[in-house]
Amino acid sequence: MRGLAEVYRQQFRTTFASFVQYRASIFIWMIDRILDPVIYLVVWSVVSRSTGGSVGGFTPGRFAAYFITTMLVTQVTYTWVMFEYEYRIRHGSLSFALLRPIHPIHTDLVDNISSKLITLPLMILAAAALIVIFKPEFSLVPWAVLLFVPALLMAFAVKFITEWTLALSAFWTTRVSAVNQGYFVAALFLSGQMAPLTLLPHPLQVAAALLPFRWTISFPVELFLGRLAPREALIGLAAQAAWLVLGLFLLRTVWRAGVRVYSAVGA
Amino acid sequence: MPPDPAIRLRELSKTFTATERESGMGAALASLVHRRRQEVVAVDGISFDLAPGEIVGFLGPNGAGKTTTLKMLSGLLHASGGELSVLGHVPWKREKAFLRKITLVMGQRNQLVWDIPAADSFELNRAIYRIPAADFRATVSELTDLLDLGPILRKPVRTLSLGERMKCEVAAALLHRPQVVFLDEPTIGLDVTMQRRIRAFIAEYNQRSGATVLLTSHYMADVEALCRRVIVIHHGRLLFDGELAALVGKFTAHKTIVVKLDEGADAAAGAGLAAYGEVVSEEDGAVTLRVPRAETARVTGRILADLPVVDLTVEDPPIEEVIERVFAGEKP
Repeated sequence: MRGLAEVYRQQFRTTFASFVQYRASIFIWMIDRILDPVIYLVVWSVVSRSTGGSVGGFTPGRFAAYFITTMLVTQVTYTWVMFEYEYRIRHGSLSFALLRPIHPIHTDLVDNISSKLITLPLMILAAAALIVIFKPEFSLVPWAVLLFVPALLMAFAVKFITEWTLALSAFWTTRVSAVNQGYFVAALFLSGQMAPLTLLPHPLQVAAALLPFRWTISFPVELFLGRLAPREALIGLAAQAAWLVLGLFLLRTVWRAGVRVYSAVGA
Repeated sequence: MPPDPAIRLRELSKTFTATERESGMGAALASLVHRRRQEVVAVDGISFDLAPGEIVGFLGPNGAGKTTTLKMLSGLLHASGGELSVLGHVPWKREKAFLRKITLVMGQRNQLVWDIPAADSFELNRAIYRIPAADFRATVSELTDLLDLGPILRKPVRTLSLGERMKCEVAAALLHRPQVVFLDEPTIGLDVTMQRRIRAFIAEYNQRSGATVLLTSHYMADVEALCRRVIVIHHGRLLFDGELAALVGKFTAHKTIVVKLDEGADAAAGAGLAAYGEVVSEEDGAVTLRVPRAETARVTGRILADLPVVDLTVEDPPIEEVIERVFAGEKP
């Protein structure tokens, strides 16, 4: 365990140092993560005003609270490994990772966390600015805000493990971008990024809850905004735990099968 | 009794399945429905042993199966058949204990983090390979001396020249003091001075650490400087396994002399070169002669004495040519 902690410490130093070199592109991606929710927020506010001030119980102020929280949750939970795996496999950088006596997922985890630490201060500033501009109505409940912390961390874990596993499709197909597109479109609707899930047709809400999507973004947002009863909150945490366990199992299985394919075909 | 071999291959083979199709639209559409698969045998039943501490050149033309073999030896590829053991491990199980004892350096690829100084990548390797701090310091300082790394360790890797980067790559790959070192074209693209430097270092490392080294290179000079024994493969098959001296003596019974005469020299002088050896080619005023190995010094002396020479070089035939002859079974 101490060995792994030391690897993480060193990996943090390395990744942090090299990300600082890419400040500009990291901030451009960050702008994307700020603009997305702002656009949805503006659109929904307009819709809400034109339909008498509220859509499905969401006033413009509520929408503002929803999308600002969503922005911050997305900031904590996003990953980009799905865009990188094909490159790693085709260009052989995975080979170096396989020669090391450590699972390559550790590097990705540290990379992910480092990039977030770098952009966090600006993200908080952005949130503050949006709060001033859009005047969100928060109705926070202390116990829910407390539970939000583990829910947020679990959401990140589930999303990271799910996307890392999906990224491994690159071992079998060269059409990774199609897999990615399919996944991201589904995530856009089903994780609550584009609209609160309660505004979606019932079948989609069911799909979002049965798949990991709701638990990766929408659930912590709903919890933070005080929209869940204690029982619903506990069910959510249990669903996250279940997806995490299942995800880890799938990751292990798919990874082993993938490496076998890789080592049969070569790079 | 001799010690157990560090590396042992028995009838090792690797077959890839490749899809193929003709060029053109029609063939492209047909391939959507039916893909023609073809088995490509990259390595075809090769066997050899390497004793601990041995340094062996692994030669063959492009596509001979060298890299595929190295990838099987380092655990990146599953063999399709045969047996393989490296330090008692089956490489493709990729056990941590195995990975901590080996290294693979690929001259055309790099593992160092591009944007930070190599020293920081070294620290990361220290943690990953769990190298005790004292050993790490000793190794880094030894490698710094041997490779003259001093100032370049502190510069971001992307600002280094190819040669400097290669030195750092080699050092990074050896920090954990691997007992088995696989080198795939470690000097490719480097200038002669840097090639010599890397070569001298590999020899020194082998001496000091007693590591077993298997090296592929297209540069005959690398092989000559480092390896007493060479293994030659072609089309995935073993063609030669023995002393380098025997290979070179047996298959390069000739040397080539390239002569450039003064432009003022008359045509007769040029034509007269045929008297000194077999004229292989004549290009831009440079004549390439093939002469028996043993005669080289005498013939060179005569040419220099007799003709208005501007430039003269004596070369071994390229390694590809030597291997080609081994393959063709040409007699000296």
